[in-house]
Amino acid sequence: MLRKLFKFHGGVKPQTNKTESTTQPIAQVPLPDRLVIPLHQAVGGHPRPLVAPGDKVFKGQRIGGADGSLSSAVHASTSGIVHDVVPALMPHTSGLTTLSVIIEPDGEDRWGELDKVNYRRTPPDELRDFLRDAGVVGLGGAVFPSYAKLKPGKEGRLKTLVINGAECEPFITCDDLLMRERAADMLKGIVAMRHMLQAEEVLIGIEDNKPEAVAAVQAAIAASGQSGIEAVAIPTRYPAGGAKQLIRVLTGIEVPHGRRSTDFGVQCFNVGTAYSIYEALELGRPLISRVVTVAGNVDRPRNYEVLIGTPMDHVVRQSGARPDSDRYIMGGPMMGVRLPAFGVPVVKATNCILVGSPALFPPPPPEMPCIRCGECAKACPADLAPFEMYWFSRSKNFGKAQEYHLFDCIECGCCSFVCPSHIPLVDYFRFSKSEIWARERDKEASDAARDRFEFKNFRQEREKQEKAEKLAAKAAATREKVAAEGQAGTTSAAAETPDVAAKPAAPSAEDTKRALIAAAMEKARQQKAQVAPKNTEQLSTETQADIAAIEARRAAAATPPTPDA
Amino acid sequence: MLTALLVMTAVALVLGALLGYASLKFKVEGDPLVEKIDAILPQTQCGQCGFPGCRPYATAIASGEADINQCPPGGEEGIRKLADLLGREFKSLSEEHGVEKPKSVAVIDENTCIGCTLCIQACPVDAIVGAAKQLHTVVAGECTGCELCVAPCPVDCIAMEPIVDTLDTWKWRYPVIQIKQAA
Repeated sequence: MLRKLFKFHGGVKPQTNKTESTTQPIAQVPLPDRLVIPLHQAVGGHPRPLVAPGDKVFKGQRIGGADGSLSSAVHASTSGIVHDVVPALMPHTSGLTTLSVIIEPDGEDRWGELDKVNYRRTPPDELRDFLRDAGVVGLGGAVFPSYAKLKPGKEGRLKTLVINGAECEPFITCDDLLMRERAADMLKGIVAMRHMLQAEEVLIGIEDNKPEAVAAVQAAIAASGQSGIEAVAIPTRYPAGGAKQLIRVLTGIEVPHGRRSTDFGVQCFNVGTAYSIYEALELGRPLISRVVTVAGNVDRPRNYEVLIGTPMDHVVRQSGARPDSDRYIMGGPMMGVRLPAFGVPVVKATNCILVGSPALFPPPPPEMPCIRCGECAKACPADLAPFEMYWFSRSKNFGKAQEYHLFDCIECGCCSFVCPSHIPLVDYFRFSKSEIWARERDKEASDAARDRFEFKNFRQEREKQEKAEKLAAKAAATREKVAAEGQAGTTSAAAETPDVAAKPAAPSAEDTKRALIAAAMEKARQQKAQVAPKNTEQLSTETQADIAAIEARRAAAATPPTPDA
Repeated sequence: MLTALLVMTAVALVLGALLGYASLKFKVEGDPLVEKIDAILPQTQCGQCGFPGCRPYATAIASGEADINQCPPGGEEGIRKLADLLGREFKSLSEEHGVEKPKSVAVIDENTCIGCTLCIQACPVDAIVGAAKQLHTVVAGECTGCELCVAPCPVDCIAMEPIVDTLDTWKWRYPVIQIKQAA
């Protein structure tokens, strides 16, 4: 049966440059001298380190615990000694550091204890926790924790499970090679995911420029005897590997603004993720390595199975780095990000290390004014109007940019690719997005500050009032007490001298005040008398003499000088 | 003639009553303009504008007592927003009220703090915790960087440290147009 395929809007056809790196099978990279494993490797959270410098770790041992709902655990990629837990440069354009565990391999590459799990007998919640602790995240590049996506929707079952083997970005071939070489195991992972999601059908979308991969996956499906799983060759068109675009091509469903594909009974996973789910469930191996394409300005472009934390220059050296290389790009030429240094580690998001040189990627021609030709809108796979968003981003009118659905932009780079004025449109959109996020954070912070300021004022006002009330109550109580005493005094006096009793018994306010002052003075005098000097025992005669002299002086000062003196 | 007068009077009375009722029923509490201005102000509560907090300054702007360029933490962008809102001309930040600085938070040197609670009393947003003769510390997430705690400290143990970028706050820069290359 020939499946009906659909088309997504826009898209481009850049040169694929995939053939060079697919001639050789996936190779292993020798152990580097040092592994730098960043703890922040999923979209959310900053996992806390579970090891300390000097600890011995086994391969696959958990070194970072998941932090929050969208976080995932991190594991030691090989056995060795923890050298340090320090912030280290991470593979990110910003050049910022993040807390990383540095491991010195002992060369034994010894696994620790591995927990396998039978997914058919384990309750779904436990299974998700297991995958979280196995550090399984989306290997397509977004590193979204897979356990959070492995929940069937509200209906309890999914209609279609889409497996993304499109790999549309130029130069990248890691998924291609994975499908060619490990289709059977990957399929086991897919079957497990299908079980967790209760999916009716599974569609594996592979671009038709990878016939070997399509054939390998189809053969694996036939060999496994599974029904309802189909490998579909889809037309090669960038960005067919975008989740929404692939869903559109395979199912015809267009996920609208503000909705998720699960609302329509569809969920999408990368083939690499499927393979790592197989490794986690059936072999008990957490995600500690991935297939990485090394391409671009190297002698032998190839795919490698790389341990997470391996320095990128170590991997590139296996392929023969050329001396004129001036930059590494993580990802492909369309969406990849330029890295701050050659020695940054391979992380779970690294699908490709693209080595650049001035000859391979010459500097872009100068930016020219936008002529509003609309080519970008024609190419936009998200059906946006990039020229409008560009205009408002450029003038920093972020509200307007958002009105044109800036946040639906997947930053695929099609608009920049077709722009006849060579405008780096995606750079403007990234700038706009991060500015808007920053503003939202500032707004939240200032709202919180306003609330706290108002509460502080309210609290101070309340405390003042409470204090005043307390004082008033105390004063009233004392006044009453003194009045009562005064009355008692006058009555007793009246008993002795009957003629005084004829006077009004209530004392005047003046009298009460005077009595209060007298009482307070009496109290102070008593307190003063009670104070005894401390540390007066066991004094040397000298100190005692000193004290006596001081006392004498004090007494002399206290007695008022006699007028004739 | 008389009918016309009577009709007009009656209409005037009815409408007047309606308006009077509406003014009571739909009475707006507070000045909505003050709210709008207050929303633009950064809520640092630093008092550099000469008013005890952002809201009093907003009230003063609304009533015309204060100018729009007295808020250093809001910076030029804040002045621009205020100018837009109030339909006034943009002015640069008034120098007597201070200069725009990078955002920072107060940090207490734990070795020097004597636990006098003066900074706690000065903090407008209750972002310093501690007690008498106990070490104080700043809750960095709540600190607005107003610097009001710096002056009261008798041992000068509070320093303002600029906020450094983290992965969560890092921003893509504005694309630079290289004029030299373009020429």
